[in-house]
Amino acid sequence: MSTLTDPPKDSFRLSMLINDTRYRSLTFQALAFLALALSFMYLGNNLIANLRAAGLNINFGFLTDTAGYDISQKLVEYSNQDSHSRAAFVGLLNTILVAVLACVTATVFGVIAGVLRLSNNWLVSKLMAFYVEIFRNIPVLIWIIIIFTIMTAVMPAPRAFRGDNATATMVFDAFAFTNRGIYTPLPWFANGIFESQALNWLLVLVVACGSWFAARRVNVWATAKQEATGERPNTLPMLLGIWLAPFLILMLIMGLTWEYPALKGFNFQGGIKIGGPLIALWFALSIYTGAFIAENVRAGIQAVSKGQTEAAAALGLRPSKVMNLVVLPQALRIIIPPLISQYLNITKNSSLAIAVGYADITATLGGITLNQTGRAIECVLLLMAFYLTASLLISLVMNVYNASVKLKER
Amino acid sequence: MKKSVFFGAMTVAGLAAGAAAAATLDDVKSRGKLNCGVSTGLAGFSAPDANGEWTGFDVAVCRAVAAAVLGDGNAVEFIPTTAKTRFTALASGEIDMLARNTTWTFSRDVDLKFDFVGVNYYDGQGFMVPKELGVSSAKELDGATVCIQTGTTTELNLADFFRTNNISYEPVPIETNAEAQQQYLAGSCDVYTTDASGLAATRATFDAPDAHVVLPEIISKEPLGPLVRHGDNGWGDVVRWTMQALVAAEELGVTSANLAEMSGGTNNPEINRLLGSEGTLGEMLGLDADFGAKAIAAGGNYGELFAKNIGEDTPIGLARGLNALWTEGGLQYAPPFR
Ligand SMILES: N[C@@H](CCC(=O)N[C@@H](CS)C(=O)NCC(=O)O)C(=O)O
Repeated sequence: MSTLTDPPKDSFRLSMLINDTRYRSLTFQALAFLALALSFMYLGNNLIANLRAAGLNINFGFLTDTAGYDISQKLVEYSNQDSHSRAAFVGLLNTILVAVLACVTATVFGVIAGVLRLSNNWLVSKLMAFYVEIFRNIPVLIWIIIIFTIMTAVMPAPRAFRGDNATATMVFDAFAFTNRGIYTPLPWFANGIFESQALNWLLVLVVACGSWFAARRVNVWATAKQEATGERPNTLPMLLGIWLAPFLILMLIMGLTWEYPALKGFNFQGGIKIGGPLIALWFALSIYTGAFIAENVRAGIQAVSKGQTEAAAALGLRPSKVMNLVVLPQALRIIIPPLISQYLNITKNSSLAIAVGYADITATLGGITLNQTGRAIECVLLLMAFYLTASLLISLVMNVYNASVKLKER
Repeated sequence: MKKSVFFGAMTVAGLAAGAAAAATLDDVKSRGKLNCGVSTGLAGFSAPDANGEWTGFDVAVCRAVAAAVLGDGNAVEFIPTTAKTRFTALASGEIDMLARNTTWTFSRDVDLKFDFVGVNYYDGQGFMVPKELGVSSAKELDGATVCIQTGTTTELNLADFFRTNNISYEPVPIETNAEAQQQYLAGSCDVYTTDASGLAATRATFDAPDAHVVLPEIISKEPLGPLVRHGDNGWGDVVRWTMQALVAAEELGVTSANLAEMSGGTNNPEINRLLGSEGTLGEMLGLDADFGAKAIAAGGNYGELFAKNIGEDTPIGLARGLNALWTEGGLQYAPPFR
């Protein structure tokens, strides 16, 4: 047989779709796509047919109806006369709040545990191994419930603070630890520059940003000087002044005052309340995901070749410097991609909130609204859209960060 | 051409789905078991006993229907549902009927597309507080933390009550009665609110029931009854008339004690029609002639079921009140069996 260098165009036969390696993979892909499309069409059609048979339809009009239920933790104004969409928004903010808090603390727990697990101290490293194995091998729902149950059972109810022979007392007369949550003093401005407290806080933030820029300038200047003269000027007093002076002056002008929580009626009133469900959920998500992050961190550190550590040590760096200046920056590149999926996990796992009565979006839109309106498909579609968007956004942000720390190849 | 075959097949599948939804009675008969949705556990209404047998006032409705349709009050698969999951379970066909202290409301009947077949317990929403709080009226609850079961009418009534009385509260949404009880006893809420019957049932299981009081206010109407999917009227009739048979039996003085004797025939034609020795009522429903007798045999008439599960001699201790027969000043009234 001679090899064909230029196959004749007219000799295409149908069997070539299977037998000819040039077409085979395309054929299979087309078939798979067709099968997928058909099954989705079947599912969609089935859904529509069944909905029609049950006399139902898909309609998002209920979102503007009055919700009629109350939510205890709300970051924006909300009353039971607001619409279902507003209730969903309150839930959405609650989801974001607990997810952000848990991502931060889980990272802290994870990095600490991951680094310490590699410690030369036998006790410390075994303790950390114990933490990792215990926490990541028990489902997070169980942790949420355990922590919440312990909290409600061990901490005193607000009524224990009442009366002459109260069995519980406030810490420093400012903090109350109850089984409904922790109450702390609330700072506010008696004669703020703006009417709204939020704007006043924004001003504080702006001033802090100004201080940060000024402090950076001082550092740049000090480094330049060091470079030129070999001696670094003492910047500490200057930095302290830059940070503290504007802040203190602002606080004095605006009349910073503290509102202390106090027992009134059934509950503590005033101050800031960090609700029990939020604490339980936040802590459980952090400590659970922290265990996974610890493993990522350990893997990242161990992946940095031992030669790097030895070389750094040979240069005379202390172990803590070796870790901070040589190992961690390189380990980060390995740690960040799995860290993204841990952040996604936290966001998605926060939907277990209803187990402790935390009003996240799954509890409001996917729970009470769904149940009171019976619009299951619509609510679940909206929930899917929300979690998908949130996850993609987190991925995006983390990927941008990853790109900024990854090895720059020149 | 292939395409049209495919769409044809799909239409048939769609039709089949519709048809299946419409013949619950046949499904139950061919399955040999009734799938009945009940609560996850509320003493006296539906809770598994020490042997894992489901007992209670709502459970009795399931058993009566199973007895009427299948001739065996034990041919029931009890499916525990929370307030949140119950309607999806019914709408999806996972259960054939729901008997789970569910309030008959307009939107559940009309918008959620269910049919309430009657009311087996006329109730209203109440509040329970620990006695030591010294509260004597619900209007004194300003600022209180309130445990509620989410996905209930309770949740909405509560919001309305506090708003119209211009007082505030902090809701703690909870999924099941058991969790609510635990949180209430741990003091993480000051008040537990639900249907008054539910409060009585919950309190009866406390170690110290006397340390808790139910406040005098009843803030809503909660007609509780079994329901089925809208659209399958034949099945709806079966459940409705089985339940009414229990009430009619009490009206007519048919009890589990005299049932066997009366089934043989009496000189009261209505009793004879109810128990099947006369007329073709069972046949009209697609059941045996003695469906009524079988339903009553499963646990007794309405009054017996009430007394046995939640009545004054049980720890739950509910008085008949609104649920007495109409002849005794209550609202229970069976339409004629003819
Ligand atoms: N009747 C109300 C409330 C029904 C309800 O959830 N009742 C509670 C207490 S009365 C219950 O049955 N709980 C049992 C469980 O948690 O499964 C409704 O239909 O929305």
